[in-house]
Amino acid sequence: MAKVTMIEAINCAHAWEMAHDPTVVVLGEDIGINGGVFRATAGLQEKFGVDRVQDTPLAEGMIAGMSIGMANQGLRPIAEIQFMGFIYPAMDQIANHMARMRHRTRGRITCPIVVRMPHGGGIHAPEHHSESLEAMLAHHPGLRVVCPSSPARAYGLLLASIREPDPVIFLEPVRLYRLVRQEVADDGQALPLDMCFRLREGSDVTLVTWGAMTFEVMRAAEQLQSDGVSCEVIDLATLSPIDHDTILESVAKTGRLVIVHEAPRNCGIGAEIAATVAEHGLYDLQAPIKRVTGYDTIMPLFRLEYDYIPSVARIMDAVRETLAD
Amino acid sequence: MLMYNRAPRTGCTLKTVAEFEIQYHQFLDAEGRASGPLPEFARDPAELVKMYRVMTLVRTFDTKSINLQRTGKLGTYASCLGHEATHVGVGAAMRPEDVLAPVYREYGAQLWRGVKMSEVLLYWGGDERGSDFAVPRQDYAWCVPIGSQTLYAAGAAMAMKVRKEPRCAVAFIGDGGTSQGAFYEAMNLAGARALPVVFVIVNNKWAISVPIEAQTATRTLAQKAIAAGIPGVQVDGNDIIAVRHTVGEALAAARRGEGPTVIEAVTYRLSDHTTADDATRYRRAKEVKDAWRTEPLLRARAHLIAIGAWDDAREEALKAECARDVDAAVEQYLQTPKQSTDSMFDYLFAHLPKSTQEQREMARRYAASSGH
Repeated sequence: MAKVTMIEAINCAHAWEMAHDPTVVVLGEDIGINGGVFRATAGLQEKFGVDRVQDTPLAEGMIAGMSIGMANQGLRPIAEIQFMGFIYPAMDQIANHMARMRHRTRGRITCPIVVRMPHGGGIHAPEHHSESLEAMLAHHPGLRVVCPSSPARAYGLLLASIREPDPVIFLEPVRLYRLVRQEVADDGQALPLDMCFRLREGSDVTLVTWGAMTFEVMRAAEQLQSDGVSCEVIDLATLSPIDHDTILESVAKTGRLVIVHEAPRNCGIGAEIAATVAEHGLYDLQAPIKRVTGYDTIMPLFRLEYDYIPSVARIMDAVRETLAD
Repeated sequence: MLMYNRAPRTGCTLKTVAEFEIQYHQFLDAEGRASGPLPEFARDPAELVKMYRVMTLVRTFDTKSINLQRTGKLGTYASCLGHEATHVGVGAAMRPEDVLAPVYREYGAQLWRGVKMSEVLLYWGGDERGSDFAVPRQDYAWCVPIGSQTLYAAGAAMAMKVRKEPRCAVAFIGDGGTSQGAFYEAMNLAGARALPVVFVIVNNKWAISVPIEAQTATRTLAQKAIAAGIPGVQVDGNDIIAVRHTVGEALAAARRGEGPTVIEAVTYRLSDHTTADDATRYRRAKEVKDAWRTEPLLRARAHLIAIGAWDDAREEALKAECARDVDAAVEQYLQTPKQSTDSMFDYLFAHLPKSTQEQREMARRYAASSGH
């Protein structure tokens, strides 16, 4: 079993599925001979040819629309959007066609597509390269939104996403691309979608997060443990639809909930989780729900990006505040 | 020749590095007279009668649909009045295994390909089942976001090319649609990858209230193809022989691997934009009256009479037959019970999330209480 980074795990998942399913095709900007700007698709064109690994002209709306047409004809496209800030031109195709096609044709025409893209900040990237726009996507019925937080989950969830008969927006936390190595068996085993992963068992407070923020949240949980605070950490993993059952179960046990995400607070996915726990788990709560999120401002250029991204200290303070109530 | 150059202010050396021209195709003039030898399909009177039959059927259907809307039995409806030659001509040029990506008024092409009138009515009557065509299964449903259909049509063509299938995609787009970025992106992709796709611009001169002169400074819409490096042709969109021939040639070229074509069919929207529109607010009556003189059914009928394939008796019989077919479709539409509330959820995903199932349950509980 090889120790791989997240980006290598993503590459392995592509290669596995392309080798086992001849309908899988990969497309995007600079993903062929260049292997993608982060190298997610390195070596694939050499192995599977230019018909199955296509460098496209430079237009995100076109990449999404082209993927739709290919999927409607029985292929399984995996499209890469180079950075999340470039998703906007593709939204017309994603929202108006990709998300609706099955529904509006009563199941006659479908869109088994994965649209992958880097997510979030923390790598000193230029403007428009560090956005966290998951809430905008999750708001659209007909889309699944998935965000892995480790090499193994990137591998297993990407395989599941490719095999899903409906569109999946697959958000890859850039900060985690090369942060850690992990043993991942390249055996084609998918992980389940629409389910949370419990990263850490605990009894005092539930921390719900996803993507790169799992890193800060796990560090906060470890430090709090030495203060005698037992944190349960849940990785949401599928951001839409949300596995509320796992969260409610955990809150029933701990009585406290802190939600952590990098995206802005206003109308974020944290609000959806908080509302659902308020609706269905209010009497389990011993303290008000806390959110630790990105600020409701434009993602700053990189000198300030770590002042924007919630820090371990902010998370620990929020946990302590819920315990003080 | 129209020049798009600006005269240089200094004495720099000039040379022409590229030249382009746009050709206009027409076989029948407004009186239905053939200007020269006709293409092979058009030398078969039975084939011409078949096309004329669908043109007449779709016009009968159109009149009936507007009446249904006016009497509260149909939602907003987009008329196809005046576009019959373009629409039927495209449908007739395609093969059954090709894929059509329509906008929202190309019923003539769709009826030719097997879409049922009752399905069209269901869609405009507010029921998604209208988009679940029994035939042709792979044709796209109507596309309301303007211009966006050109992109998935190009994608479908890419799949055909990757699989080396001798099939083509055809996307309709309106004159207003050619202002959209998606159209340029689709043409560019199709040209860069030599995709088997034909873009048919239906230039009916009006995008709701905006006339073509206000839409674009371009002399022809066909020349927009030049920027994408692909052939652009203009055709008389009221001449069904020219439309079918031009689209047929483009499809044959695409099937031979020669890539895409843009065809601008020049026609006229004789109707309002939709039943929710009143074109008298922005369009002069004289312009519409003049346009009626070159309308496509008149021309097709004149040609059929000239070659001895048509007479008043046959015209009356056809009209009666079309009225019967349309009435039967209307009856089927009106008899179709509304969908259950489950249908709002059942087709969202292959694997329905739990939250969706819960909301489906709630909608079911309250279904009887909506009062509609």
